[in-house]
Amino acid sequence: MSQIEKNSSLWSYANPRKFLATTERVMPFLWGAALVCLVVGLVWGFFFTPDDYRQGSTVKIIYLHVPSALMAINAWMMMLVASLIWLVRRHHVSALAARAAGPVGAVMTLIALVTGAIWGQPMWGTWWAWDPRLTSFLILFLFYLGYMALWAAIDDPDTAADLTAVLCLVGSVFAVLSRYAVNFWNQGLHQGASLSMDAKENVDDVFYLPLLVCIAGFVLLFIALVFYRTGTEIRARRIRALLARERAGA
Amino acid sequence: MIALLLRDLRLAVRAGGGFGLGLAFFLIVTVLVPFAVGPQSALLSSIAPGVLWLGALLACLLSLDRLLALDWEDGSLDLLATAPLPLEAAVTIKALAHWITTGLPLVLVAPVLGVLLNLPGPGYLWLVVSLAAGTPALSVIGTFGAALTVGLKRGGLLLSLLVLPLYVPTLIFGAEVARRGALGMETLTPLLMLAGISAGALALLPFASAAVLRVNLR
Repeated sequence: MSQIEKNSSLWSYANPRKFLATTERVMPFLWGAALVCLVVGLVWGFFFTPDDYRQGSTVKIIYLHVPSALMAINAWMMMLVASLIWLVRRHHVSALAARAAGPVGAVMTLIALVTGAIWGQPMWGTWWAWDPRLTSFLILFLFYLGYMALWAAIDDPDTAADLTAVLCLVGSVFAVLSRYAVNFWNQGLHQGASLSMDAKENVDDVFYLPLLVCIAGFVLLFIALVFYRTGTEIRARRIRALLARERAGA
Repeated sequence: MIALLLRDLRLAVRAGGGFGLGLAFFLIVTVLVPFAVGPQSALLSSIAPGVLWLGALLACLLSLDRLLALDWEDGSLDLLATAPLPLEAAVTIKALAHWITTGLPLVLVAPVLGVLLNLPGPGYLWLVVSLAAGTPALSVIGTFGAALTVGLKRGGLLLSLLVLPLYVPTLIFGAEVARRGALGMETLTPLLMLAGISAGALALLPFASAAVLRVNLR
Protein backbone atom coordinates (compact mmCIF):
# COMPACT_ATOMS: atom_id res chain seq x y z
CA MET A 1 0.00 0.00 0.00
CA SER A 2 1.44 3.35 -0.95
CA GLN A 3 2.00 6.08 1.61
CA ILE A 4 -0.50 8.41 -0.03
CA GLU A 5 -3.21 5.83 -0.06
CA LYS A 6 -2.62 5.05 3.58
CA ASN A 7 -2.99 8.63 4.68
CA SER A 8 -5.63 9.74 2.26
CA SER A 9 -8.71 8.94 4.26
CA LEU A 10 -10.15 9.32 7.69
CA TRP A 11 -10.71 5.59 7.77
CA SER A 12 -6.99 4.94 8.07
CA TYR A 13 -7.39 5.88 11.75
CA ALA A 14 -9.51 2.77 12.13
CA ASN A 15 -6.19 0.96 12.33
CA PRO A 16 -5.50 0.79 16.08
CA ARG A 17 -1.75 1.23 15.63
CA LYS A 18 -2.21 4.30 13.45
CA PHE A 19 -4.77 5.64 15.91
CA LEU A 20 -2.47 5.16 18.87
CA ALA A 21 0.54 6.65 17.11
CA THR A 22 -1.37 9.74 16.02
CA THR A 23 -3.21 10.34 19.27
CA GLU A 24 -0.03 9.94 21.25
CA ARG A 25 1.55 12.66 19.15
CA VAL A 26 -1.30 15.13 19.59
CA MET A 27 -2.09 14.15 23.19
CA PRO A 28 0.27 16.60 24.99
CA PHE A 29 -1.04 19.47 22.89
CA LEU A 30 -4.63 18.47 23.57
CA TRP A 31 -4.14 18.25 27.34
CA GLY A 32 -2.19 21.50 27.28
CA ALA A 33 -4.77 23.36 25.22
CA ALA A 34 -7.62 22.04 27.36
CA LEU A 35 -5.81 23.07 30.53
CA VAL A 36 -5.01 26.54 29.21
CA CYS A 37 -8.56 27.13 28.00
CA LEU A 38 -10.12 25.91 31.24
CA VAL A 39 -7.78 27.90 33.47
CA VAL A 40 -8.08 31.07 31.41
CA GLY A 41 -11.85 30.72 30.97
CA LEU A 42 -12.63 29.86 34.58
CA VAL A 43 -10.29 32.44 36.15
CA TRP A 44 -11.52 35.10 33.75
CA GLY A 45 -15.10 34.11 34.40
CA PHE A 46 -14.85 33.77 38.17
CA PHE A 47 -12.68 36.77 39.04
CA PHE A 48 -12.72 39.26 36.19
CA THR A 49 -16.37 39.54 35.25
CA PRO A 50 -18.88 41.71 37.12
CA ASP A 51 -21.66 40.20 39.18
CA ASP A 52 -25.02 40.11 37.50
CA TYR A 53 -27.28 42.87 38.80
CA ARG A 54 -30.06 40.43 39.68
CA GLN A 55 -28.31 37.13 40.28
CA GLY A 56 -25.24 38.38 42.12
CA SER A 57 -22.22 36.11 41.98
CA THR A 58 -24.30 32.95 41.42
CA VAL A 59 -24.31 33.77 37.72
CA LYS A 60 -20.73 32.53 37.53
CA ILE A 61 -21.74 28.91 37.76
CA ILE A 62 -22.69 29.34 34.10
CA TYR A 63 -19.01 28.73 33.23
CA LEU A 64 -19.34 25.15 34.42
CA HIS A 65 -23.01 24.53 33.81
CA VAL A 66 -23.40 25.50 30.16
CA PRO A 67 -20.25 23.79 28.80
CA SER A 68 -20.90 20.56 30.69
CA ALA A 69 -24.55 20.47 29.57
CA LEU A 70 -23.41 21.06 25.99
CA MET A 71 -20.88 18.26 26.19
CA ALA A 72 -23.37 15.89 27.83
CA ILE A 73 -25.48 16.02 24.68
CA ASN A 74 -22.54 16.13 22.27
CA ALA A 75 -20.97 13.10 23.94
CA TRP A 76 -24.13 11.12 23.25
CA MET A 77 -24.12 12.36 19.64
CA MET A 78 -20.50 11.26 19.30
CA MET A 79 -21.40 7.85 20.71
CA LEU A 80 -24.26 7.64 18.23
CA VAL A 81 -21.97 8.38 15.28
CA ALA A 82 -19.29 5.99 16.55
CA SER A 83 -21.91 3.26 17.05
CA LEU A 84 -23.20 3.74 13.52
CA ILE A 85 -19.66 3.51 12.14
CA TRP A 86 -19.15 0.30 14.12
CA LEU A 87 -22.40 -1.21 12.87
CA VAL A 88 -21.73 -0.29 9.25
CA ARG A 89 -17.97 -0.65 8.89
CA ARG A 90 -16.98 -2.84 11.84
CA HIS A 91 -14.02 -0.73 12.96
CA HIS A 92 -13.11 -1.78 16.47
CA VAL A 93 -11.57 1.57 17.34
CA SER A 94 -14.93 3.16 16.71
CA ALA A 95 -16.74 0.82 19.09
CA LEU A 96 -14.07 1.36 21.73
CA ALA A 97 -14.30 5.14 21.29
CA ALA A 98 -18.05 4.94 21.90
CA ARG A 99 -17.41 2.89 25.00
CA ALA A 100 -14.75 5.35 26.15
CA ALA A 101 -17.10 8.30 25.73
CA GLY A 102 -19.88 6.78 27.85
CA PRO A 103 -18.56 7.49 31.36
CA VAL A 104 -17.21 10.88 30.29
CA GLY A 105 -20.65 11.87 29.03
CA ALA A 106 -22.28 10.55 32.18
CA VAL A 107 -19.98 12.68 34.34
CA MET A 108 -20.71 15.74 32.17
CA THR A 109 -24.43 15.13 32.67
CA LEU A 110 -23.90 14.81 36.40
CA ILE A 111 -21.88 18.07 36.50
CA ALA A 112 -24.64 19.85 34.63
CA LEU A 113 -27.30 18.49 37.00
CA VAL A 114 -25.33 19.26 40.17
CA THR A 115 -24.25 22.77 39.16
CA GLY A 116 -27.82 23.44 38.06
CA ALA A 117 -29.10 22.34 41.47
CA ILE A 118 -26.53 24.51 43.28
CA TRP A 119 -27.59 27.49 41.19
CA GLY A 120 -31.26 26.69 41.52
CA GLN A 121 -31.24 26.67 45.32
CA PRO A 122 -30.68 30.46 45.76
CA MET A 123 -32.33 31.49 42.48
CA TRP A 124 -35.45 29.35 42.20
CA GLY A 125 -35.60 28.51 45.89
CA THR A 126 -35.36 24.79 45.21
CA TRP A 127 -32.65 22.26 44.48
CA TRP A 128 -34.79 20.39 42.03
CA ALA A 129 -37.89 21.15 40.00
CA TRP A 130 -39.62 18.86 37.55
CA ASP A 131 -38.81 21.18 34.73
CA PRO A 132 -38.60 19.73 31.19
CA ARG A 133 -34.90 20.46 30.75
CA LEU A 134 -33.95 19.14 34.15
CA THR A 135 -36.08 16.06 33.71
CA SER A 136 -34.75 15.23 30.27
CA PHE A 137 -31.21 15.56 31.57
CA LEU A 138 -32.02 13.16 34.35
CA ILE A 139 -33.39 10.73 31.76
CA LEU A 140 -30.26 11.21 29.66
CA PHE A 141 -28.23 10.31 32.75
CA LEU A 142 -30.27 7.10 33.12
CA PHE A 143 -29.55 6.29 29.48
CA TYR A 144 -25.82 6.69 30.13
CA LEU A 145 -26.09 4.39 33.15
CA GLY A 146 -27.90 1.73 31.15
CA TYR A 147 -25.39 2.00 28.32
CA MET A 148 -22.41 1.57 30.63
CA ALA A 149 -24.10 -1.25 32.54
CA LEU A 150 -24.73 -3.16 29.32
CA TRP A 151 -21.08 -2.77 28.26
CA ALA A 152 -19.98 -4.04 31.64
CA ALA A 153 -22.37 -6.99 31.69
CA ILE A 154 -21.33 -8.75 28.50
CA ASP A 155 -18.10 -10.71 28.28
CA ASP A 156 -17.65 -11.13 24.55
CA PRO A 157 -16.34 -7.78 23.23
CA ASP A 158 -17.93 -8.00 19.77
CA THR A 159 -21.33 -8.97 21.14
CA ALA A 160 -21.09 -6.16 23.68
CA ALA A 161 -20.17 -3.66 20.96
CA ASP A 162 -23.08 -4.75 18.76
CA LEU A 163 -25.68 -4.70 21.51
CA THR A 164 -24.59 -1.38 22.97
CA ALA A 165 -24.50 0.16 19.50
CA VAL A 166 -28.11 -0.83 18.87
CA LEU A 167 -29.06 0.36 22.35
CA CYS A 168 -27.39 3.68 21.58
CA LEU A 169 -29.43 4.03 18.38
CA VAL A 170 -32.74 3.11 19.98
CA GLY A 171 -31.90 5.16 23.06
CA SER A 172 -31.25 8.25 20.93
CA VAL A 173 -34.72 8.05 19.42
CA PHE A 174 -36.32 7.63 22.82
CA ALA A 175 -34.18 10.37 24.37
CA VAL A 176 -35.44 12.82 21.74
CA LEU A 177 -38.97 11.54 22.25
CA SER A 178 -38.66 12.02 26.01
CA ARG A 179 -37.39 15.53 25.48
CA TYR A 180 -40.58 16.48 23.64
CA ALA A 181 -42.80 14.44 25.95
CA VAL A 182 -41.60 16.23 29.09
CA ASN A 183 -42.04 19.55 27.30
CA PHE A 184 -45.66 18.66 26.87
CA TRP A 185 -45.96 17.35 30.40
CA ASN A 186 -44.78 20.38 32.33
CA GLN A 187 -43.98 23.94 31.42
CA GLY A 188 -40.66 24.84 32.87
CA LEU A 189 -38.71 27.23 34.98
CA HIS A 190 -35.50 26.91 33.00
CA GLN A 191 -34.55 29.81 30.78
CA GLY A 192 -34.23 29.39 27.03
CA ALA A 193 -31.03 28.97 25.07
CA SER A 194 -28.34 31.34 26.24
CA LEU A 195 -26.05 31.09 23.26
CA SER A 196 -27.97 30.61 20.03
CA MET A 197 -26.80 32.54 16.99
CA ASP A 198 -30.15 34.03 16.02
CA ALA A 199 -31.60 34.82 19.44
CA LYS A 200 -32.28 38.46 20.27
CA GLU A 201 -31.54 38.06 23.95
CA ASN A 202 -28.21 36.43 24.47
CA VAL A 203 -25.91 36.50 27.42
CA ASP A 204 -24.11 39.82 27.63
CA ASP A 205 -20.70 40.05 25.96
CA VAL A 206 -18.93 40.42 29.30
CA PHE A 207 -20.02 36.90 30.19
CA TYR A 208 -20.08 35.59 26.65
CA LEU A 209 -16.37 35.63 25.85
CA PRO A 210 -15.10 33.76 28.93
CA LEU A 211 -17.98 31.35 28.43
CA LEU A 212 -16.79 30.61 24.90
CA VAL A 213 -13.29 29.96 26.22
CA CYS A 214 -14.73 27.58 28.82
CA ILE A 215 -16.72 25.75 26.18
CA ALA A 216 -13.59 25.35 24.07
CA GLY A 217 -11.84 24.01 27.17
CA PHE A 218 -14.57 21.46 27.81
CA VAL A 219 -14.57 20.34 24.17
CA LEU A 220 -10.82 19.88 24.21
CA LEU A 221 -10.95 18.11 27.55
CA PHE A 222 -13.62 15.76 26.21
CA ILE A 223 -11.60 14.94 23.09
CA ALA A 224 -8.46 14.37 25.16
CA LEU A 225 -10.29 12.12 27.62
CA VAL A 226 -11.92 10.09 24.86
CA PHE A 227 -8.61 9.62 23.01
CA TYR A 228 -6.90 8.67 26.24
CA ARG A 229 -9.58 6.21 27.29
CA THR A 230 -9.79 4.72 23.80
CA GLY A 231 -6.05 4.14 23.88
CA THR A 232 -6.44 2.42 27.24
CA GLU A 233 -9.20 0.21 25.87
CA ILE A 234 -7.08 -0.75 22.86
CA ARG A 235 -4.15 -1.68 25.11
CA ALA A 236 -6.42 -3.60 27.46
CA ARG A 237 -7.69 -5.60 24.52
CA ARG A 238 -4.13 -6.28 23.34
CA ILE A 239 -3.20 -7.54 26.78
CA ARG A 240 -6.20 -9.80 26.73
CA ALA A 241 -5.22 -11.16 23.34
CA LEU A 242 -1.64 -11.74 24.51
CA LEU A 243 -2.77 -13.55 27.62
CA ALA A 244 -5.13 -15.70 25.61
CA ARG A 245 -2.32 -16.56 23.18
CA GLU A 246 0.02 -17.44 26.05
CA ARG A 247 -2.57 -19.67 27.63
CA ALA A 248 -3.20 -21.37 24.31
CA GLY A 249 0.55 -21.87 23.86
CA ALA A 250 1.16 -23.25 27.35
CA MET B 1 -47.13 -17.24 12.82
CA ILE B 2 -50.49 -18.17 14.25
CA ALA B 3 -49.08 -21.48 15.39
CA LEU B 4 -46.30 -19.66 17.22
CA LEU B 5 -48.78 -17.27 18.80
CA LEU B 6 -50.99 -20.14 19.97
CA ARG B 7 -47.96 -21.99 21.32
CA ASP B 8 -46.81 -18.99 23.31
CA LEU B 9 -50.29 -18.37 24.67
CA ARG B 10 -50.72 -21.99 25.69
CA LEU B 11 -47.33 -22.04 27.37
CA ALA B 12 -48.10 -18.87 29.25
CA VAL B 13 -51.44 -20.15 30.49
CA ARG B 14 -50.45 -23.71 31.32
CA ALA B 15 -47.02 -23.07 32.78
CA GLY B 16 -48.64 -20.73 35.28
CA GLY B 17 -46.77 -17.97 37.01
CA GLY B 18 -46.35 -15.37 34.31
CA PHE B 19 -50.00 -15.08 33.52
CA GLY B 20 -51.40 -14.37 36.96
CA LEU B 21 -48.25 -12.90 38.44
CA GLY B 22 -48.50 -9.55 36.67
CA LEU B 23 -52.11 -9.14 37.72
CA ALA B 24 -51.37 -10.05 41.34
CA PHE B 25 -48.51 -7.58 41.37
CA PHE B 26 -50.75 -4.85 39.95
CA LEU B 27 -53.34 -5.60 42.64
CA ILE B 28 -50.79 -5.48 45.45
CA VAL B 29 -49.24 -2.21 44.30
CA THR B 30 -52.66 -0.62 44.12
CA VAL B 31 -53.62 -1.91 47.55
CA LEU B 32 -50.36 -0.73 49.11
CA VAL B 33 -50.64 2.85 47.84
CA PRO B 34 -53.40 3.96 50.27
CA PHE B 35 -51.35 2.54 53.15
CA ALA B 36 -48.42 4.66 52.05
CA VAL B 37 -50.15 7.97 51.31
CA GLY B 38 -53.17 7.78 53.60
CA PRO B 39 -56.83 6.98 52.98
CA GLN B 40 -58.15 10.49 52.20
CA SER B 41 -60.40 9.95 49.21
CA ALA B 42 -59.71 13.37 47.65
CA LEU B 43 -55.98 12.69 47.60
CA LEU B 44 -56.47 9.16 46.30
CA SER B 45 -58.74 10.21 43.48
CA SER B 46 -56.27 12.85 42.33
CA ILE B 47 -53.35 10.42 42.18
CA ALA B 48 -55.36 7.39 41.01
CA PRO B 49 -54.66 7.69 37.24
CA GLY B 50 -50.92 8.02 37.77
CA VAL B 51 -50.75 5.20 40.31
CA LEU B 52 -52.74 2.84 38.09
CA TRP B 53 -50.51 3.63 35.13
CA LEU B 54 -47.35 3.14 37.16
CA GLY B 55 -48.68 -0.14 38.56
CA ALA B 56 -49.52 -1.42 35.10
CA LEU B 57 -46.07 -0.42 33.84
CA LEU B 58 -44.28 -2.18 36.70
CA ALA B 59 -46.43 -5.28 36.31
CA CYS B 60 -45.48 -5.32 32.64
CA LEU B 61 -41.81 -4.89 33.49
CA LEU B 62 -41.95 -7.74 35.98
CA SER B 63 -42.96 -10.26 33.35
CA LEU B 64 -40.36 -9.22 30.76
CA ASP B 65 -37.46 -11.45 31.75
CA ARG B 66 -39.58 -14.56 31.14
CA LEU B 67 -40.48 -13.31 27.68
CA LEU B 68 -37.51 -14.83 25.88
CA ALA B 69 -35.47 -16.46 28.64
CA LEU B 70 -37.33 -19.79 28.65
CA ASP B 71 -37.08 -20.17 24.88
CA TRP B 72 -33.43 -19.20 25.09
CA GLU B 73 -32.69 -21.88 27.67
CA ASP B 74 -34.35 -24.79 25.87
CA GLY B 75 -33.03 -23.75 22.46
CA SER B 76 -36.34 -22.93 20.78
CA LEU B 77 -34.99 -19.50 19.96
CA ASP B 78 -32.27 -21.04 17.82
CA LEU B 79 -34.91 -22.99 15.96
CA LEU B 80 -36.99 -19.87 15.49
CA ALA B 81 -33.97 -18.01 14.16
CA THR B 82 -33.30 -20.69 11.55
CA ALA B 83 -36.98 -21.15 10.67
CA PRO B 84 -38.32 -19.76 7.38
CA LEU B 85 -40.32 -17.23 9.36
CA PRO B 86 -38.32 -13.98 9.56
CA LEU B 87 -37.01 -13.34 13.07
CA GLU B 88 -38.62 -9.90 12.97
CA ALA B 89 -42.03 -11.53 12.62
CA ALA B 90 -41.26 -14.05 15.36
CA VAL B 91 -40.27 -11.24 17.71
CA THR B 92 -43.45 -9.32 16.89
CA ILE B 93 -45.51 -12.41 17.66
CA LYS B 94 -43.65 -12.83 20.94
CA ALA B 95 -44.49 -9.23 21.84
CA LEU B 96 -48.11 -9.80 20.84
CA ALA B 97 -48.33 -12.90 23.00
CA HIS B 98 -46.84 -10.94 25.88
CA TRP B 99 -49.42 -8.21 25.37
CA ILE B 100 -52.31 -10.68 25.29
CA THR B 101 -51.16 -12.44 28.44
CA THR B 102 -50.01 -9.37 30.39
CA GLY B 103 -51.17 -6.10 28.84
CA LEU B 104 -54.74 -7.05 28.04
CA PRO B 105 -55.57 -8.44 31.50
CA LEU B 106 -54.11 -5.28 33.03
CA VAL B 107 -56.38 -3.16 30.83
CA LEU B 108 -59.41 -5.19 31.89
CA VAL B 109 -58.58 -5.21 35.59
CA ALA B 110 -57.57 -1.54 35.87
CA PRO B 111 -61.15 -0.14 36.23
CA VAL B 112 -61.84 -2.53 39.12
CA LEU B 113 -58.71 -1.32 40.87
CA GLY B 114 -59.77 2.23 40.03
CA VAL B 115 -62.70 1.73 42.42
CA LEU B 116 -60.26 1.01 45.23
CA LEU B 117 -58.48 4.30 44.56
CA ASN B 118 -61.69 6.30 44.24
CA LEU B 119 -61.09 7.21 40.60
CA PRO B 120 -63.54 9.94 39.48
CA GLY B 121 -66.44 8.85 37.25
CA PRO B 122 -65.37 10.00 33.78
CA GLY B 123 -61.89 8.61 34.40
CA TYR B 124 -62.76 4.93 33.91
CA LEU B 125 -63.33 5.11 30.17
CA TRP B 126 -60.17 7.13 29.58
CA LEU B 127 -58.10 4.90 31.84
CA VAL B 128 -59.10 1.86 29.81
CA VAL B 129 -58.59 3.68 26.52
CA SER B 130 -55.16 4.99 27.50
CA LEU B 131 -54.00 1.60 28.79
CA ALA B 132 -55.30 -0.12 25.67
CA ALA B 133 -53.41 2.35 23.49
CA GLY B 134 -50.25 2.36 25.60
CA THR B 135 -49.63 -1.21 26.74
CA PRO B 136 -48.73 -2.47 23.23
CA ALA B 137 -45.82 -0.01 23.27
CA LEU B 138 -44.78 -1.34 26.68
CA SER B 139 -44.76 -4.91 25.35
CA VAL B 140 -42.81 -4.05 22.19
CA ILE B 141 -40.22 -1.94 24.02
CA GLY B 142 -39.96 -4.64 26.65
CA THR B 143 -39.32 -7.26 23.99
CA PHE B 144 -36.39 -5.17 22.79
CA GLY B 145 -35.03 -5.03 26.33
CA ALA B 146 -35.51 -8.77 26.78
CA ALA B 147 -33.73 -9.44 23.47
CA LEU B 148 -30.79 -7.28 24.61
CA THR B 149 -30.31 -9.11 27.89
CA VAL B 150 -31.37 -12.62 26.93
CA GLY B 151 -27.87 -14.08 27.00
CA LEU B 152 -26.98 -12.77 30.45
CA LYS B 153 -27.02 -14.80 33.60
CA ARG B 154 -28.51 -12.14 35.83
CA GLY B 155 -30.19 -9.99 33.24
CA GLY B 156 -33.28 -9.10 35.26
CA LEU B 157 -32.02 -6.00 37.03
CA LEU B 158 -30.11 -4.80 33.99
CA LEU B 159 -33.28 -5.27 31.96
CA SER B 160 -35.14 -2.87 34.27
CA LEU B 161 -32.33 -0.33 34.07
CA LEU B 162 -32.38 -0.45 30.26
CA VAL B 163 -36.14 -0.54 29.74
CA LEU B 164 -37.37 2.01 32.30
CA PRO B 165 -35.88 5.08 30.58
CA LEU B 166 -37.41 3.84 27.32
CA TYR B 167 -40.81 3.72 29.02
CA VAL B 168 -40.75 7.41 29.95
CA PRO B 169 -42.59 8.87 26.92
CA THR B 170 -45.27 6.18 27.02
CA LEU B 171 -45.83 6.75 30.73
CA ILE B 172 -46.01 10.52 30.35
CA PHE B 173 -48.63 10.47 27.62
CA GLY B 174 -50.56 7.52 29.03
CA ALA B 175 -50.87 8.98 32.51
CA GLU B 176 -51.69 12.35 30.97
CA VAL B 177 -54.64 10.88 29.05
CA ALA B 178 -55.95 9.17 32.19
CA ARG B 179 -55.44 12.27 34.33
CA ARG B 180 -57.14 14.62 31.90
CA GLY B 181 -59.93 12.11 31.43
CA ALA B 182 -60.48 11.92 35.17
CA LEU B 183 -60.69 15.70 35.37
CA GLY B 184 -63.05 15.86 32.43
CA MET B 185 -60.57 17.74 30.23
CA GLU B 186 -59.84 17.36 26.54
CA THR B 187 -57.75 14.20 25.95
CA LEU B 188 -57.28 14.00 22.21
CA THR B 189 -53.75 15.43 21.95
CA PRO B 190 -51.99 13.14 24.43
CA LEU B 191 -54.06 10.21 23.23
CA LEU B 192 -52.89 10.74 19.66
CA MET B 193 -49.29 11.05 20.84
CA LEU B 194 -49.66 7.86 22.87
CA ALA B 195 -51.13 5.97 19.92
CA GLY B 196 -48.35 7.38 17.75
CA ILE B 197 -45.69 6.05 20.11
CA SER B 198 -47.36 2.64 20.15
CA ALA B 199 -47.65 2.50 16.38
CA GLY B 200 -44.12 3.76 15.84
CA ALA B 201 -42.63 1.32 18.34
CA LEU B 202 -44.59 -1.53 16.82
CA ALA B 203 -43.39 -0.63 13.33
CA LEU B 204 -39.70 -0.07 14.05
CA LEU B 205 -38.58 -1.81 17.22
CA PRO B 206 -39.07 -5.42 16.03
CA PHE B 207 -36.20 -4.80 13.59
CA ALA B 208 -33.94 -3.66 16.42
CA SER B 209 -35.07 -6.58 18.60
CA ALA B 210 -34.41 -9.11 15.84
CA ALA B 211 -31.00 -7.54 15.16
CA VAL B 212 -29.85 -7.84 18.77
CA LEU B 213 -31.34 -11.31 19.04
CA ARG B 214 -29.24 -12.41 16.04
CA VAL B 215 -26.16 -11.00 17.73
CA ASN B 216 -27.02 -12.86 20.93
CA LEU B 217 -27.58 -16.11 19.05
CA ARG B 218 -24.32 -15.85 17.13
